[in-house]
Amino acid sequence: MKLFDFFNRRGSAPVARERLQILLAHERASVSNSNLVALLHREVLAAVSKHIEIDPEKVEIKLREGDKVSLLEIDIEISTSASARGGLSDAAA
Amino acid sequence: MPKILVVTSGKGGVGKTTSTAALGAALAQSNHKVAVVDFDVGLRNLDLVMGAERRVVYDLINVAQGDAKLHQALIRDKRLDNLYLLAASQTRDKDALTEDGVRRVIDELRERFDWIVCDSPAGIERGATLAMRFADVAVVVANPEVSSVRDSDRIIGLLDAKTEIAENGGRMEKHLLLTRYDAGRAARGEMLNVEDVLEILSIPLLGVIPESEEVLRASNVGTPVTLHSGVSAPSRAYADAARRLCGVEVPMEIPSDKKGLLVRLFGRRAA
Repeated sequence: MKLFDFFNRRGSAPVARERLQILLAHERASVSNSNLVALLHREVLAAVSKHIEIDPEKVEIKLREGDKVSLLEIDIEISTSASARGGLSDAAA
Repeated sequence: MPKILVVTSGKGGVGKTTSTAALGAALAQSNHKVAVVDFDVGLRNLDLVMGAERRVVYDLINVAQGDAKLHQALIRDKRLDNLYLLAASQTRDKDALTEDGVRRVIDELRERFDWIVCDSPAGIERGATLAMRFADVAVVVANPEVSSVRDSDRIIGLLDAKTEIAENGGRMEKHLLLTRYDAGRAARGEMLNVEDVLEILSIPLLGVIPESEEVLRASNVGTPVTLHSGVSAPSRAYADAARRLCGVEVPMEIPSDKKGLLVRLFGRRAA
């Protein structure tokens, strides 16, 4: 019986390795996404403010991850009194 | 060119302070001028591991805040005259450290030393981020154990994002130091092995320090393990790691404490 156990035993290290690989793949993705969102926030803000006056506080960017597709939501609130620059008269976000 | 090295891990108790003392002493033994700096404000221990706990008068915060001169706070090692310690404050709060203060101290150390080895506190808060802030090289200390490896991964992310070198578009040089390694258990599949950890963390290996009674014996008497016994397995592993830090190619092996008869007879006495 002991001999049988010895040959059957695989040790717990492979389990540790697999758990870590799955967990870290997930954690790395969420950390890099939060960096990506911050970067997008900055760049979208810069691009839009070239043409329309916007309040940086009123820009919201979300990245929602689904199983098949992820959704990038960009919400920019433009006050009606904001003057359009560069010939853009109808401001739409 | 002086090198600023941070010894970090995220998780506590994996061997940052032991490794700082051992690597610092090994670098000093190969004739570099070395300062080891404790960033663990409020929970300082590098002084104790170095055996200098009764000689601390001024500390890192005193120098950072301009209350003491650097030369007043540096403690010269009694065994190696090119090894110095800058202790952390035991009574102050970690918020007493500021980025500008640390920058000034590091800049001043840079003028006097070849290696500045920063012992990071555990965690990912202020003390830890300031310890890595101005580093050129990082040694990530990890145990072959799931929580330590996860925290190391997090720290690697911070090294690549929150350090001055990373913010300036540079690349932080990172090395893995695997400590408390039991080659027997790893071979039996009871412990993550070197390849497992390397594959998960994907940073180059600086060395593997075997689990050894010698580490406790050295800290008991306040001696860096590399100075305590030159022949012990952890001492040889740390000395090899220090040589690799200096760019010397040393074949990677995991030293074992299984000693030959001569070492058993004579080595013990030196310990």
